[in-house]
Amino acid sequence: MSDPTPGRMTYREACKQAIRDALNRDPNCFVMGEDVGLYGGCYAVTKGLLEEFGPDRIRDTPLAESVIAGAGIGAAIGGMRPIVEIMTCNFSLLALDQIVNNAATIPHMSGGQFAVPVVIRMATGGGRQLAAQHSHSLEGWYAHIPGIKVLAPGTVEDARYMLAAALDDPNPVLIFEHVVLYNEEGTLDPEVTAVDISSAKVRRPGSDLTILAYGGCLPKALEAAGQLAEAGIDAEVVDLRVLRPLDDATIFASVSRTRRCVIVDEGWRSGSLSAEIAARLADDLFFELDAPIRRVCTREVPIPYPAHLEEAALPQTADIVEAARALARPQ
Amino acid sequence: MSDFTMPSLGADMESGKLVEWLVKPGDTVSKGDIVAVVETHKGAIDVEIFEEATVSELCAGEGETVKVGGLLARLQTTGDASPPSAPPMPEATATEAESRAPKKSGPEAAAPRPAFQIERTGRKKVSPAARRLAAELGIDPESLTGTGIDGSVSFADVELARAGAPTPKAAAAPVRRGGFDPAEMRRAIAAAMTRSKREIPHYYLSNTVDMTASLGWLSRYNEGRPPTERMLAATLLLKATALALRKAPQLNGFWQDDAFRPAEGIHIGWAISLRGGGLVSPAIHDVDTLALPELMARLRDLVARARSGGLRSSELMDATITVTSLGERGADSVTGVIYPPQVAIIGFGRIRERPWVADGAVQPRQLIDVSLAADHRASDGHAGGRLLSTIETLLLEPDEL
Amino acid sequence: MTDDEIRKLVFDILGGIAPEADFDLLDEDEELREALDIDSMDFLNFITGLHQATGVDIPENDYARLSTLTDIVAYLRQKGA
Repeated sequence: MSDPTPGRMTYREACKQAIRDALNRDPNCFVMGEDVGLYGGCYAVTKGLLEEFGPDRIRDTPLAESVIAGAGIGAAIGGMRPIVEIMTCNFSLLALDQIVNNAATIPHMSGGQFAVPVVIRMATGGGRQLAAQHSHSLEGWYAHIPGIKVLAPGTVEDARYMLAAALDDPNPVLIFEHVVLYNEEGTLDPEVTAVDISSAKVRRPGSDLTILAYGGCLPKALEAAGQLAEAGIDAEVVDLRVLRPLDDATIFASVSRTRRCVIVDEGWRSGSLSAEIAARLADDLFFELDAPIRRVCTREVPIPYPAHLEEAALPQTADIVEAARALARPQ
Repeated sequence: MSDFTMPSLGADMESGKLVEWLVKPGDTVSKGDIVAVVETHKGAIDVEIFEEATVSELCAGEGETVKVGGLLARLQTTGDASPPSAPPMPEATATEAESRAPKKSGPEAAAPRPAFQIERTGRKKVSPAARRLAAELGIDPESLTGTGIDGSVSFADVELARAGAPTPKAAAAPVRRGGFDPAEMRRAIAAAMTRSKREIPHYYLSNTVDMTASLGWLSRYNEGRPPTERMLAATLLLKATALALRKAPQLNGFWQDDAFRPAEGIHIGWAISLRGGGLVSPAIHDVDTLALPELMARLRDLVARARSGGLRSSELMDATITVTSLGERGADSVTGVIYPPQVAIIGFGRIRERPWVADGAVQPRQLIDVSLAADHRASDGHAGGRLLSTIETLLLEPDEL
Repeated sequence: MTDDEIRKLVFDILGGIAPEADFDLLDEDEELREALDIDSMDFLNFITGLHQATGVDIPENDYARLSTLTDIVAYLRQKGA
C-alpha cells in the first residue's frame, strides 16, 4: 500500500478508531450489540476489535434490542461505560421503552443519584437500497425526548471525536451514524483532538441564505452550496451536529444574518426536527426573516427499495439547490 | 346588497384583469377606499369603491379577467339586513367525496388533499424583516416595488429605498404595478381614437395668446424658491382652462345615449406621454378650486404615478375634458382628437418668442397657440370661441389665477 | 465633488427619470434634454435631484447653463459642489 495522506480515512475507520481509543482509555468501557464481535458489525465498524480486545469487551448479544439497551443502561448505572450498538435505528423501536422510559428518566427520577452514562450508536438513513425496514431516519423522534442527547456526526472528524465526548457525558447519549457516510473519506486535522457535543458548526460561510443540514444530508448541502455559488448565490451551510439540545445560538446567528433559510432533514416532514427548527425561527426570528422558511425533507412514504424510487424519496442536492434558488433569486 | 363591478377605466377598456384584492369578506369599506388592483392597458390601476358597505363575498378571483360591468364582489350596504352568505366549505366537501370513494390501501401520498387557499389579508406582501426595517426608517414598505419571493417587498428593497429615491431597481422593474403592455396600449388608443373620429363631428378653433405676463409672474414666483416648490407654466395653463370652463358648461361633460350630460365638477384629464410610447390622461379633480401651488403638487404627483404605476380608478374614470400640452420642446400648435365620451380637448403648443403687434408696434413676445377641438353635437363654435377668449384673458392677468 | 462624482450623480438622477437611457452612448456635449427626451416636468425633477444631493441653489435663470453634461459639471464645480 502506498503511503496514504496522514490522517486520511473513511468515516467507518474514524468510528472504529474512536471506539478503540475509548477501550484503551477506560477499562470500564466495553462494546455490545448484535454481530459486533465475530462478524465485525453489520457495517464493519467493529471489525477486528474482538481479536484486539477479547470477548469480554466486544460482546455479541442475542437479537433482542430491548435486552441490549436495558443491559447497557444497567451497566452504565452500575459504573461501566458501555457503548451499545443497535444495528439500525429502525430496530431501536424495540428498545424504545428502555431508552425513553429508563435511560432518559432515571437521572431525573432518582433526584440525580443515578447517572446513566450509556452511549448508544445506531445506523440511520437511506440510500443503500436496504428497503423500508432498514432505511428510515428516526433521530428526529429521539430529539423529542428530554433526558437524552442526540448526536449526528456528519464529518469524519465528528465520527472520530464525538464518541469520547459522549462517553464523558453523564447523560445517555445517542449517536446516529448515517449509512451512506461510512465509505466517505476525510482528512483529520492533526491539531484537533477533541470536539464538543453542544454546538452547531458553520461548515461553509455565506451571506445570501442559510442551509441547515446534518448527518447524511450535510455533504448534499455542501454540494448544493457549491452549485449555488456558480449561480452567484452565496449560501451558508450550518451543520446541526447536535440534534438535542439544539444549538439555537448558532442557528439564529446565521439565519438572522442571511434572513433566509432552507432546512434539510432526511426525516419525514410532518412532525419532524425540521418542523421544530422552523417553528423556533418563526418564534424568535420572525422580524429578521425576509422570506418563508423552506424545508427539504424525505417524501412521506416508507423508503422504497428500487434505486430510482429511493433516490426520488430522499432529499437530493438538486432539491436543495432548487429550494435555495427560489428563496434567494425569486425572479 | 349591491354588486361591485369591473369599472370602465376609459371608453377604450373592454375588460380588466383582477391582479389583487385588497379587501376580504367582512371588511368594511368607505367611499374612496382602494379595494383592488386591476391591470389594464394603462398598467396596474388602484380601483376605488364609492359607497359605505361591508364586503360580503369576493366573486372574482385574483388573476381572473373580467369584462367591464362584470361582477367583482357583493357588498352589503349600510342598513342592509340580510346576513352575509355562508362561507364556502371546501374541506367538508372534500372529506365527503373522499369517504365515498373506495379506500385505497398504501401510503398516504395517494390520498387526495383538498387544495389549500390562503384567505387574502389585503396587505401587500412585505417580509417581516423588511417591515421592521421600513418602520425604523419611516418608509412605507407598501409603496415599494417588491423583488422578493412572490413579489414581496424584501429587506434589500427597503435598503434600496433608504439609499435614496429614485431607486434604480424600482425604476427598472415597474412591471407589477406600473407596467403596461405597449402593444396593448397602442391597440386601446387606436380603438378610442378611431371611435372618436368615426363618431364625433369635431370642430376646431385656435387662438394665439401672449404669455409674457404669465411667464413674468412665474419667474417672479419661482425666484428664490427651492426647486421642490417651483411651478411650471402648465399649472397656469390648467388653472386658466378650468376657470374658463366654469362659464362653458357645454364643453365640460359627456356625450352619452345621444344626449349631452354636463359634468358636475371640472376634472381635467392631463395627457401624459409615457416613456417608450403610449399616453394616459388621468384626471386632476376640481382643478378650478385648487390654489396654484396645490395644483402643481397634484400635477407632479400625477405624472410620477402615471409613469411608475399607481394611478387610481377614479383618475381614469372621472375626467370631464382633456388638456394636452406639448411642452417646451414640442410643436407650435396641436389640434386634438376628443377622447370619447368627452366632448372637448384643449391643446397648448410650445411657448416661443415671436413677433406680436401690441400698442401699434411689432414687438417680440412669448406666444402660445391654444386650440380647441369640440364635439359639434354638444356645442357650437360660438361657445368654443368664448372659452378660448376667456382663457386668453386669464393668462394675460396671471395675478387673478 | 470631483468631475466623476458629479457625472455619477447626474446619471443616477437621470436613471430614475429615463430608466431606459444608456449613458455610455451619451455625448458629453450633446443637449441632454434632446438626447434623453426630457420634458419640463422631468427637468424640474432633475434640478430638484441635483439641488437635494449637492445643496447647490440652481435658480431658474441658470437653467440655460445646464444643457449638456459638460455644462452641468462646469456649473456645479463653479458653484462649489
